[in-house]
Amino acid sequence: MGYTSSQVEKETHCYHCGDKCSAHPVIAEGHAFCCDGCRLVYELLSENGLCTYYSLEKNPGIKQEEEKHDGIYSALDDPAIRQKLIQFENGNISRVIFRVPVMHCTSCIYLLENLHRIHSPVISSRVNFLRKEVTIDFDNAKTTLGEVARHLSAIGYPPSLNLLDSEKGKKKSWFDNRVIKIGVAGFCFGNIMMLSFPEYLSHGELNTTPQLRTFFALLSLLLSLPVLLYSASGFFVSAWKAIRSRTLNIDAPIALAIAVTFLRSVYEISFAHGSGYLDSMSGIVFFMLLGRFFQDRKHDDLVFDRDYRSYFPIAVDVIVNGKEKASPVTSLRKGDEIIIRGGELVPTDALLLSDTTLIDYSFVSGESEPVKVRKGEKIFAGARQAAGSARYTVEKETSQSYLTQLWNNDAFSREREKSSGAYIDRINKWFSSAVFLVAFSSALLWLFIQPTNALNVMTAVLIVVCPCTLLLASTFTNGNILRWLGKEKFYLKNPGVIERIAGADTIIFDKTGTITTSDNKAEYVGERLSEEEQIGFRSLAAQSGHPFSRKIAGYFANADRLPMKEVRETEGKGITGVLNGKTYLIGSALFAGKNGSLHDASESWIAVDGKVKGRFIFSHQQRPGLHDVIREMSGKKEIHLLSGDNDSQRKQLEKYFGERMHFNYSPEQKLNYIKRLRSSGKKVIMIGDGLNDAGALMEADAGIALSDNMNSYFPACDAILSGEKFRELPTLLSFTSVANKVVTASFIVSVLYNICGIYFAVTGQMSPLVAAILMPASSFSMILLTTIAVRIAAFRRINKSFRT
Amino acid sequence: MSAIFILIGASLTIATGFLVAFIRSSKAGQFDDSVTPAVRILFENETVQKKENKTRK
Repeated sequence: MGYTSSQVEKETHCYHCGDKCSAHPVIAEGHAFCCDGCRLVYELLSENGLCTYYSLEKNPGIKQEEEKHDGIYSALDDPAIRQKLIQFENGNISRVIFRVPVMHCTSCIYLLENLHRIHSPVISSRVNFLRKEVTIDFDNAKTTLGEVARHLSAIGYPPSLNLLDSEKGKKKSWFDNRVIKIGVAGFCFGNIMMLSFPEYLSHGELNTTPQLRTFFALLSLLLSLPVLLYSASGFFVSAWKAIRSRTLNIDAPIALAIAVTFLRSVYEISFAHGSGYLDSMSGIVFFMLLGRFFQDRKHDDLVFDRDYRSYFPIAVDVIVNGKEKASPVTSLRKGDEIIIRGGELVPTDALLLSDTTLIDYSFVSGESEPVKVRKGEKIFAGARQAAGSARYTVEKETSQSYLTQLWNNDAFSREREKSSGAYIDRINKWFSSAVFLVAFSSALLWLFIQPTNALNVMTAVLIVVCPCTLLLASTFTNGNILRWLGKEKFYLKNPGVIERIAGADTIIFDKTGTITTSDNKAEYVGERLSEEEQIGFRSLAAQSGHPFSRKIAGYFANADRLPMKEVRETEGKGITGVLNGKTYLIGSALFAGKNGSLHDASESWIAVDGKVKGRFIFSHQQRPGLHDVIREMSGKKEIHLLSGDNDSQRKQLEKYFGERMHFNYSPEQKLNYIKRLRSSGKKVIMIGDGLNDAGALMEADAGIALSDNMNSYFPACDAILSGEKFRELPTLLSFTSVANKVVTASFIVSVLYNICGIYFAVTGQMSPLVAAILMPASSFSMILLTTIAVRIAAFRRINKSFRT
Repeated sequence: MSAIFILIGASLTIATGFLVAFIRSSKAGQFDDSVTPAVRILFENETVQKKENKTRK
């Protein structure tokens, strides 16, 4: 198809959003815009003197894809919803925190923080860019919550308003807590170290001034109390929990070591033998907290634990006494009449009241094509209204609907076995037994040689060979691996997932949206169209909200758009219109007059003046690289396909999956399929994208959600992979196996340190100085070793494969 | 000798002061967002300048 525009015009990009403009862009104040929506936002900003927005970043704007229905914002003023969203109120001032997922650049921050210049009752707005949140204080006497949200939406930053956001608790994060713990431990460690230096460096001269020595020792003891009672409290709590549930985690021996070190130090100080090992104790606590912090650093803007509530809108239009009124979804009752507009979700199981409509179930069931529904038929919650608007009668409350029932399955309520560092726990088991063995046997030995020394030796062993280096090794290894995977846009929920992925032997793919792209593409087959005809079809297609029409309009994006006459849309059949005396038609085969031809829901025919020109075929494309991904993994892992869609693509997919393909699976069946695999001893990774995979993702040992747009919804999962990195999936999955290797290697090194330490301890020469040298030396070398090892592995595996 | 007692007392007092400052700022959320403030500082000058320009006109 030839371009209708010249070279120069083809290069025109929208001043607002940066999209390519058509041949005749909308021009305002000397700038070109791709559409009226972008121009309106520009004019709004320029009126308010906010054009800096455009100088901070190039084309920072966000294109408004769909026409927004503002009704939803008035629902925010409903007292029940309002109360959930408002953080606090003080007289006239209300504070609200909105999540704005589209925020992406410096310009966004600038504009959002200058909201008061667009909407004067806003007193102040602060952005938290990492969390993609904006905190807005506004004067509630002059404006309403809904009005604030509407203004945000008008400038292209619609707040995310779904059920989950509205039900989020206002809890304070533990994060602060952790930073303070590290700060306190670091402070005490530094000061105790300083007080210990005189002892180490004086070669016993300090003994001549017992006054000073006691002073230093008592001060150290005082400083070590916050470390023991506050900073290290997490280890004791976790150890206590483990003991109560009769398991052994790595925190238990660490807590024991900390306690023993402290008690022995107290003993030594109070009986004036020496100054104890308080510097080593606070140092190791500090390093271990640092390691945990590094490991658990989160991607703040990603939420892994979403459920259906984050998918449903907060409000829906209900018809009360013949009038539309926005009302909270949670207050829908059976028998309510609701209106759903094109692109919106049906929030609950409902019966269709309008004659016919098109429903897109792709997200709920994985069916790739929109379904035609007739009056009186039942629609399930989560279905998307594909085109036009329709009225429904509510059948069930949202929390009772077919889809949400899935969340009542055990898989969701079950406390997942916390295998965070299961490998480390396994090593720890025999490591700890070995330590106890050495400690007791050396104590026993000393009982015969010199009984007074026995207890000393035993505690010295426990102090010097605590598995803290092991913990350091694993936390820093995990932290580094998470960081490298994050760089490749593969985000893991927690470090435990690394090991679950590495240990998996079975991989299950979903079809729609996972191995095929979530967007279907239009492909034209037929006669060559003249320039005039292209303009005609583009203008006609732009009149309809049907998803296929939009695709067709997108296909002719380079053609002009002119006003059509006599546009007539027949729901579910097609659309006709007149331009320059010619009648254009887009629609189903029957509608286009192709009698007797096969009716295929994934085709649209086009005709001019009753003469059929050709047809558009809409197909879901396989993700690029699928072939290589399957080939690279098939040798090592068992690969299955579970699809909610029909088996029309069975032939194409057979070469990849062979017999292990299942179609027409409901979300429940998917979940049970994985349950069966797991109970037969398989370790399963599920890769999916939609609500219909939610159960399977939860049930699998590791559920990976594939998402093309990080802002959009993805179900609860253990990891998120960006769609563009799908090709790297085998590399990224195999990279996780580096973790255990690095931990093993650093474990061997730590054993060497420990043997060294045990030598001093068993022979009864464990001086505080030896401990003070061994501890930081082993900690630092662990951190260095793991960081370098993971870096080398990352360069070898990830970067090499990416270059080729 | 007594000089050391005083010195250590003084240094610990000062250090504790900093620790308290750190804890307070952490509680107030100073370390919650490490990106936005760095960006924000660039705007404020700029906005003021703009207003001045307008009044001059």
